[in-house]
Amino acid sequence: MTDRYPGYDVLNKRWSESWNEPTREVIDRRLAVPRGPRFFTATEWVTLGAVCDRIMPQPKDRPPVPLAAYVDQKITDGSLDGYRYAQMPPQGEAWQRGLAALDQSVNEAHGCAFHELSSERQDALLHRMQQGDLVGEAWGGMPCKLFFNHRVIPDIVHAYYAHPTAWNELGFGGPASPRGYVRMGLDRSDPWEAVEAKPGEDIQRTKRRNDRVG
Amino acid sequence: MIVSVDPFSAPRAANGRAPDVFNRGGWVPMHQFGENDVVDFVVVGTGAGGGPLVARLAETGFSVIGFDAGPYFRPLEDFASDEREQEKLYWTDERIVDGANPITMGGKNSGKAVGGSTVHFAMVSLRFRPEWFKSRSALGYGADWPLDWKEMWQYYTKAEKALSIAGPVTYPWGPKRPRYPYRAHELNGAAELLARGAEAMGMKWTATPLATVSAPHGQSPPCVYRGFCRFGCSTNAKQSQLVTFIPRALQAGAEIRDLAMVGSIETGPDGRATGVHYHREGRWHFQKARNVVVAGYAVETPRLLLASANGRHPDGLANSSGLVGKNLMTQSNQAVFGTMASEVRWYKGPPSLAITEHWNYDDRKDFAGGYCWMAQGPLPVEWANIQTSSRGLWGQPLRDAMQSYNHQVGLKMVGEMLPNEANRVTLADEKDQYGLRIARVTYSWGENDKALIQHALGQMQTSLEAVGANDIFRQEDDTNHLAGTARMGDDPTRSVVNSDCRTWDIPNLWVCDGSVFPTTGGVNPSLTITSIALRTADRIRTLAARGEL
Repeated sequence: MTDRYPGYDVLNKRWSESWNEPTREVIDRRLAVPRGPRFFTATEWVTLGAVCDRIMPQPKDRPPVPLAAYVDQKITDGSLDGYRYAQMPPQGEAWQRGLAALDQSVNEAHGCAFHELSSERQDALLHRMQQGDLVGEAWGGMPCKLFFNHRVIPDIVHAYYAHPTAWNELGFGGPASPRGYVRMGLDRSDPWEAVEAKPGEDIQRTKRRNDRVG
Repeated sequence: MIVSVDPFSAPRAANGRAPDVFNRGGWVPMHQFGENDVVDFVVVGTGAGGGPLVARLAETGFSVIGFDAGPYFRPLEDFASDEREQEKLYWTDERIVDGANPITMGGKNSGKAVGGSTVHFAMVSLRFRPEWFKSRSALGYGADWPLDWKEMWQYYTKAEKALSIAGPVTYPWGPKRPRYPYRAHELNGAAELLARGAEAMGMKWTATPLATVSAPHGQSPPCVYRGFCRFGCSTNAKQSQLVTFIPRALQAGAEIRDLAMVGSIETGPDGRATGVHYHREGRWHFQKARNVVVAGYAVETPRLLLASANGRHPDGLANSSGLVGKNLMTQSNQAVFGTMASEVRWYKGPPSLAITEHWNYDDRKDFAGGYCWMAQGPLPVEWANIQTSSRGLWGQPLRDAMQSYNHQVGLKMVGEMLPNEANRVTLADEKDQYGLRIARVTYSWGENDKALIQHALGQMQTSLEAVGANDIFRQEDDTNHLAGTARMGDDPTRSVVNSDCRTWDIPNLWVCDGSVFPTTGGVNPSLTITSIALRTADRIRTLAARGEL
């Protein structure tokens, strides 16, 4: 995919006045998330990984944001959302039930597991989950649509956009304490903000400017 | 640098001192009461209602303890510039939601910290339209408040002064009000686009009155426009309760008990409240008190009153009207978003720097209630949440849509929803980490609520079209603030508290937070909650002087 903010790396601001000590500690912990499952079983982990790859496909030319690890961490740490739909079980149970039900649906239709399907078939199945069209005993009464909208999507997508790699893609200024910003208006930006590649402009020049962001 | 210990692991307000929020590693002296001391007031909750009440009661000379279930944060040392990390400010304990339109609980309507949700609120500090205090008789919907808007106008002025509100020289709507204590903040790109859109529609707009200082105040430096306001202010520019009334309360001799979850209110043989049972440092304690004030906001307040049921009060405390937990109101918080050719970079500055209250003051519409809208600045996680929940995007289409982040613009409403007894807080059978029954929050929108939302969406869309936004889409399902589960009134059979926030049933039991709102209005509620708390403190002083406590 095209890089809209070529060369921009929010981590270059780590030692700038935009990052305070608590922020450095928090981002260090986030980047050091344990990569293996602590809550999920090996089977669940494989299915979860395949679901993450479809919900948030990532470019192959950089290390992936370890999304399954963040889903596992949220459950392991007991980080709650503050509410739960009456038809939904607690988050860990919802995930286990949902992943098992997904694999069961695939097994009945195709005789294999979810991660063994082509990405087109995986997407088709996830679309059916989003529409509320997956049923079966393994769901245990949990509406698949609620599972999709209130577990699958937020747990994976929020983890992705909380990662510095995603901030680079968006050109987000990232942490901003205590420096904040000075130039607030339309089409204005501070020297410590990402520079957008504009059509017809020299991309190397944009890269050099982004290299200096810090 | 001084690294502070984990604010969640053990109380920080202890051993005769409390954190000095303005100085790293610093402490301020704190008076402490014994459990056998019968204090004049226990206040449960230290947010927009409890915070000012604790301070003003202590300044009047009462002995006061403010309880909060959350930790005592040191913003300079504990707050990261990070959306996920700062979820630690929210009340994320489990709650069950149901009804036709279940409310999303968490960051937008709750806080669990000393200072309550003012630690992470968007600082929008607005006055109610005067007619809303008599919306039944003046406007024909909802319920009348037992308060007079002229008196409230004086308390709004006091609250604005105490919170050093930065606002415009003249406010375009409503009766005359004094100048705001601090000058308005400059507009960011998102606010400028609101202004242009409003002007194109022939509507007034203004810089939003905000509780973050535009010049130094005491130990607060001026706002540096970090844009993480809703995730806690790490510079102390924001005038949250944590840095305003709570330090005042300590100085006046009040005690704050952090990480102290009140589980029930005890009543004696005469039916009066005698104190509170609370959980702190792994065990239950009892604090004796002459008066108990519940200030836990519209879910925790009714939860505590209901959970305190006993033989004499089988349906919960202060519930002879049967209205405790009923008439829960949230506010409609729908939005319209679009993409600009310009770089907007809405992550800079407070998210809502400009506002139009046009439809709060124009009654030419075919539904009851009003609404305002404000500029927006969602950070990446919230923006992704809007894209997924409003448009159903995931996979590559989501990645593609997110690429326009720096060009997005949006307008978000705060709309009045009408009271309805079927919208309510009850106790579920499931228990939380303290062994207390968790709250069940039931909510369904009415036909009037839906009509108001559709009107607002159409108006906001017109405004975005007028500034040349493309790829416009609507966020149809979002709500925010809460109110109404212990409403105030003149009639003991139709309300829970009187105009002094005193419960009709138990004279030494009070409620002082957004729960007392009979209607919720079309603006953010915090300034009204704080103004009511300031009034309540004055009324308590008057009643005490007359021997009527």
